[in-house]
Amino acid sequence: MPQVTLTVNGQTHTAEVEGRTLLVELLRETLRLTGTHVGCDTSQCGACVVHINGESVKSCTTLAVMADGATVTTIEGLAKADGTLHPMQEAFREYHALQCGFCTPGMVMSAIDLVQKHPDGLTEQEIREGLEGNLCRCTGYHNIVKAIAAAADVMHGKRTEIASAAQ
Amino acid sequence: MNVVAPFEGIGASVRRKEDFRFLQGRGAYTDDFNRQGQLHAWILRSPHAHARIKSVDISAAKAMPGVVAVFTGADMVKDGLGGLPCGWQIHNKDGSPMAEPLHPVIAHEKVRHVGDQVAVAIAETREQARDAAEAIVVDYDVLPAAVSMEAALKPGAPAVHDDVPSNLCYDWHIGDKSVLDAAFAQAHKIVSLDLVNNRLIPNAMEPRAALGEFDRTSGDYTLHTTSQNPHVIRLLMAANVLHLPESKVRVVAPDVGGGFGSKIYHYAEEAIVTWSAGKLGRPVKWTADRSESFMSDAHGRDHVSNAQLALDANGKILGLKVHTYANMGAYLSTFAPCVPTYLYATLLAGTYTTPVIYCEVKAVFTNTVPVDAYRGAGRPEATFLLERLMDVAARETGIDRVELRRRNFIPNDAFPYQTPVALQYDSGNYTATLDQALATADWAGFEARRAEAAKRGKLRGIGCSTYLEACGIAPSAVVGSLGARAGLYEVGTIRVHPTGSVTVLTGAHSHGQGHETTFAQLVTDKLGVPGAQVDIVHGDTAKVPFGMGTYGSRSLAVGGSAMMKAMDKIIAKGKRIAAHLMEASVDDIEFERGIFRVAGTDKTKALVDISVAAYVPHNYPIDEIEPGLEETAFYDPKNFTYPGGCHIAEVEIDPETGKVSMVNFTAVDDVGRVINPMIVEGQVQGGIAQGIGQALLEACVYDADGQLLSGSMMDYTMPRADDLAPVSVATHTTLCTHNPLGVKGCGEVGAIGSPPAVINAVVDALRDFNLRTLDMPATPSKIWGIINAGRQQAAE
Repeated sequence: MPQVTLTVNGQTHTAEVEGRTLLVELLRETLRLTGTHVGCDTSQCGACVVHINGESVKSCTTLAVMADGATVTTIEGLAKADGTLHPMQEAFREYHALQCGFCTPGMVMSAIDLVQKHPDGLTEQEIREGLEGNLCRCTGYHNIVKAIAAAADVMHGKRTEIASAAQ
Repeated sequence: MNVVAPFEGIGASVRRKEDFRFLQGRGAYTDDFNRQGQLHAWILRSPHAHARIKSVDISAAKAMPGVVAVFTGADMVKDGLGGLPCGWQIHNKDGSPMAEPLHPVIAHEKVRHVGDQVAVAIAETREQARDAAEAIVVDYDVLPAAVSMEAALKPGAPAVHDDVPSNLCYDWHIGDKSVLDAAFAQAHKIVSLDLVNNRLIPNAMEPRAALGEFDRTSGDYTLHTTSQNPHVIRLLMAANVLHLPESKVRVVAPDVGGGFGSKIYHYAEEAIVTWSAGKLGRPVKWTADRSESFMSDAHGRDHVSNAQLALDANGKILGLKVHTYANMGAYLSTFAPCVPTYLYATLLAGTYTTPVIYCEVKAVFTNTVPVDAYRGAGRPEATFLLERLMDVAARETGIDRVELRRRNFIPNDAFPYQTPVALQYDSGNYTATLDQALATADWAGFEARRAEAAKRGKLRGIGCSTYLEACGIAPSAVVGSLGARAGLYEVGTIRVHPTGSVTVLTGAHSHGQGHETTFAQLVTDKLGVPGAQVDIVHGDTAKVPFGMGTYGSRSLAVGGSAMMKAMDKIIAKGKRIAAHLMEASVDDIEFERGIFRVAGTDKTKALVDISVAAYVPHNYPIDEIEPGLEETAFYDPKNFTYPGGCHIAEVEIDPETGKVSMVNFTAVDDVGRVINPMIVEGQVQGGIAQGIGQALLEACVYDADGQLLSGSMMDYTMPRADDLAPVSVATHTTLCTHNPLGVKGCGEVGAIGSPPAVINAVVDALRDFNLRTLDMPATPSKIWGIINAGRQQAAE
């Protein structure tokens, strides 16, 4: 069986995998990082999104062997060691951008990459279009869109902390 | 420094406690659990809509690497397992009970829909189980399928169940037809409309999963499952399927990734993993692929109706007559029979003073996935019918559509209001929610926006619905008389610990609703305990005494009321302890937000003083009061609750593509008292997204052979962020008069009120095309077809 070595959330792991093993299976079953979810089997829902070398990728559509030598960040690797949440996590909480929490890890990972790819800021429409690869059945997306805009302001240095939601 | 803690009681938008774990990947969903020695199950599903199983050859599969067992329906029959039970019995017009054919856990002799369970392969890994399932050889004798309701009811149609040759599950009615006929004879105008309420696939983001365990030492079974109601699953599975004492079965519904109704029901896979864990002595886990969810989760809606409204010369409604065909699918899912009857026909008065209503419902078996409650369940179907009918009636009488609604509203001084279809509404103010919504949406200024859009070549339309729903289900005696095989109370335990922190055990279940936050707010408000010291425990039959679960917007109205009742008991006991400690009469003890006070004095004891005394009863009236501070209450609601309101949709259509874009959406809902405005707004927004999905995007499609064409997320259009526009959500409160919180429920209003508002807006945008009926979803191809046909007609 092929062997893969990869760095996940700062820790280096080596594992033997089947050729058909998906990255999400390696993360969830071998490394027991169950924050990354599987919501579909057609690469539509985005619940499985992680970062590979800083870019968002659907880990259900990535073979584990393709991540050999890569640096992977999952939802578990976002908060600081002292428990401080990433601005995107903080914004999702402030704006009630999650309900059941199942799509949330992938949504947050996609949103961070989306903001990083738009250093000049994003319009509401750009955020909505940027979420094309992530499905949420609970929220209707409105609060997710607001949260991403609020997090972008902090990630781009326009504000030092997440703007309070209206309520 | 004097730090004032933020108010965390009723009415505060407290940020959610559960978010910390969900946002850091620390949620614990069923598929996240793995057990020592765990095996994996893969279900082989029928590729045919209807076939006789001539033989199932499992020999090759059993010889595959890692395979531990392969079971078929015959193994279950041999073990004497029961079928999956139905929780509601409807009676026909003639008083006879509905047809209730056996629902085998694994199909035996016949398969009845694509996706029906045929066998289960169990192996060391999921991949091995899947490979083994593919090696099972089934010899099918493929039969003609009854796919549409129309086809299923034709004489000589293939019988889904041999013992139900007509495919008719029941033929039910409500109302007095002779009184209705008399009303129709007086009518100035009768408006008739044919409607289809499109079949939907719920698609909660977490696919269903189940993990069964058997403890050889104790003989106890444990099932972790993606359920909205673990106690109900335990009851149904233990008593009806596995024939085990409930005391030997524990069911845990941990974090659950959305439900929307689809995770209420007792599914085959739950019984399969529990039963096989016992047979094999090892844990057995099954997790659905999304493709399996599409063909094994209960679907929603699927009604075909004709509705007729009789009006007098002033536009007052004289009567309503409805005929509905409701698809049950191949088997009766747990609550399926009540959806098109007592959650549908009883809602046909809506917000109007319709004096007489007659509704006839024929429920039909077809070779499709079972259909059951999906967000709103029956009430969206009733609302869509009624609110479309009102718009058509307005057009055909020439009365303005808002004015027609106003003329027929139940007036504010008419509550409690008895409808002709069984329900008695306790409170509401339909004019207020309408007026507020009209103002927010700038209804009066719409024609200017329509004209502006026309200059850009766009067709703009506006539509409203003034809806009502019944939720907070339900009074046990009432539902019992209507055929429910269960009570619908809820259970709450308040456990005040020695140091004053509180654990709440609730039979309600949170799968996105934020109960851990909202329910803690109730405790903070009433007992004065800060939210950080309140823990909400739910979803485990080993911890929570009992519970009927979460659906029908009942968690707060029924479950919250149980907690309030239990807290009243805590306060009553606390007063007796406080009276002893402060040497006062119990009648003189007052309690407010955590402080017991001797009336008219400055003598006080905090809740923690009482809890310490209760658990360390050194100075304690031990002969009169038991130690400890824990109380349980069962709350059975006195009535349904009746949220209502007004939804207004504004759309723009691109006539070149037929694409309908949401421009504005306004909701003003009366959900009773609001505990957490942030969470209520989120619930309404999510419901509206599902309603817009139904109106514009989503359709479950079968071909004539019963193959599911919309069987993946590439084929079934789930709403995405760029399909939706910002939504304005507001509340206008009238209190529920019969529960201690005055709450009505907010989980379903969005999905109930919005579809007719959207379709009325689309029809309004297309007013030049003389459109009378428009079935959902209003897809670009459908709309373009209408526009194109209209243009061709105009050209001729």
